Amino acid sequence: MSNIPSDFKYASSHEWVRNEGDGTFTVGISEHAQELLGDMVFVELPEVGDEVEAGEDCAVAESVKAASDIYAPIGGEVVAINEELEDAPETVNNDVYGDGWLFRIKAADETELENLLSAEDYANTIDDE
Amino acid sequence: MTAKTVLHAKHLEAGAKMVDFHGWEMPINYGSQIEEHNAVRTDAGMFDVSHMTIVDIKGEQAKAFLRKLVANDVAKLTQPGKALYTGMLNEQGGVIDDLIIYFFSETFYRLVVNSATREKDLAHLATVSSEFDVTVTERPEFAMIAVQGPNAKAKTATLLNAEQQEAVAGMKPFFGVQVGDLFIATTGYTGEDGYEIVVPNEQAANLWQQLLDAGVAPAGLGARDTLRLEAGMNLYGLDMDESVSPLAANMAWTIAWEPEDRNFIGRDVLVKQRADKSTDKLVGLVLEEKGVLRSGSKVIVEGGEGVITSGTFSPTLGFSVALARVPRSVGETAQVEMRKKLVNVKVVKPSFVRNGKSVL
Repeated sequence: MSNIPSDFKYASSHEWVRNEGDGTFTVGISEHAQELLGDMVFVELPEVGDEVEAGEDCAVAESVKAASDIYAPIGGEVVAINEELEDAPETVNNDVYGDGWLFRIKAADETELENLLSAEDYANTIDDE
Repeated sequence: MTAKTVLHAKHLEAGAKMVDFHGWEMPINYGSQIEEHNAVRTDAGMFDVSHMTIVDIKGEQAKAFLRKLVANDVAKLTQPGKALYTGMLNEQGGVIDDLIIYFFSETFYRLVVNSATREKDLAHLATVSSEFDVTVTERPEFAMIAVQGPNAKAKTATLLNAEQQEAVAGMKPFFGVQVGDLFIATTGYTGEDGYEIVVPNEQAANLWQQLLDAGVAPAGLGARDTLRLEAGMNLYGLDMDESVSPLAANMAWTIAWEPEDRNFIGRDVLVKQRADKSTDKLVGLVLEEKGVLRSGSKVIVEGGEGVITSGTFSPTLGFSVALARVPRSVGETAQVEMRKKLVNVKVVKPSFVRNGKSVL
């Protein structure tokens, strides 16, 4: 069974969202997504300053097996990206909920968080797959 | 219904992620396929290849049968144990399967064919052999372990007895020898040194454990695919199939044109294709920027459009490589359609890595 931290929110497209408490939200991919994709070889990230909408494809995680679009779970401005992944994409495999984060968004509308799944609801969606 | 090899429990013990591979439940990786890949390139790794089909051919007309069956000529084989890679073709010159043939004597050969094609291969062998005085016997009582990498032979040697060590000492590439219960061959599918070992089913788990204890890393089908692709070795079903001529699959070297009166199946079509230069050809592609070339993608070359037959990220090189079947007129660069964009790639010979080193 995949590890799913209970204090994060999740998109059904397998991104996690962590509230940083300052109006910004960190985004990564779930353990389940990491397991499905396998060894990561390239991660393409948005640029700091990009405006993204909820559900917009704004990054790509490319593994040995497949390339997978990453969708912005909420809308807003990209305020940080994980530049370490340029040289060490395997960090996504090794520490998917920590050092393997992808980008951070300053939410345009925090009520969009309500559209995301709780850990329990996300666990149920991947059980159904 | 999926089949399991006798090493299934050993895979689970090693933490393998299992997948359905053409009806066999096989390990795709044991954690990280890139680490497994690197273990084979720099040290020693092992693969369970027990799902592959071993078929022994015996009888007075064994040689004559195989000279009809395959595009290469088993008459070239004179030293006991010598192996030959080739394809068996249909009457239209398409590849039914690729295989390795080991020569023991003119009345005894061993074939190793793919697992995904087992049923049609056995049916074809039965049809063609009916005109010859031979017996065709599948050998499901054997498992097979491929031990590959620069340290594979040394690590394997630590668990062989004196007789076995002597039998394999100095054995050249592409040979095999039966010694005691093991058939040990210097063949493989990685571009590295090493052995493929055929072992009775009941001894396979013990051999696997001994190899583990000797420091050989288990490696799954994921690493097997990136290794063979870096080595420029074809995978049946992707790089060629029944609709593809061996001339379009970098297999011209596996066809024996002489003597001209050896009438192997598919010969007439191939002779014409060779004279007309009417087939596509298989080339290597290299993408040195970000991204991974994937099978099925469209390739544009001088002579028109082709297709990527196999593509991957190359862990050894740090960028993506691919095999592509394209029109014969090809320059030094091509364009590949990737995620709706056209990307420039280099065109090279279909071989990228040998013995741990780039050959680009």
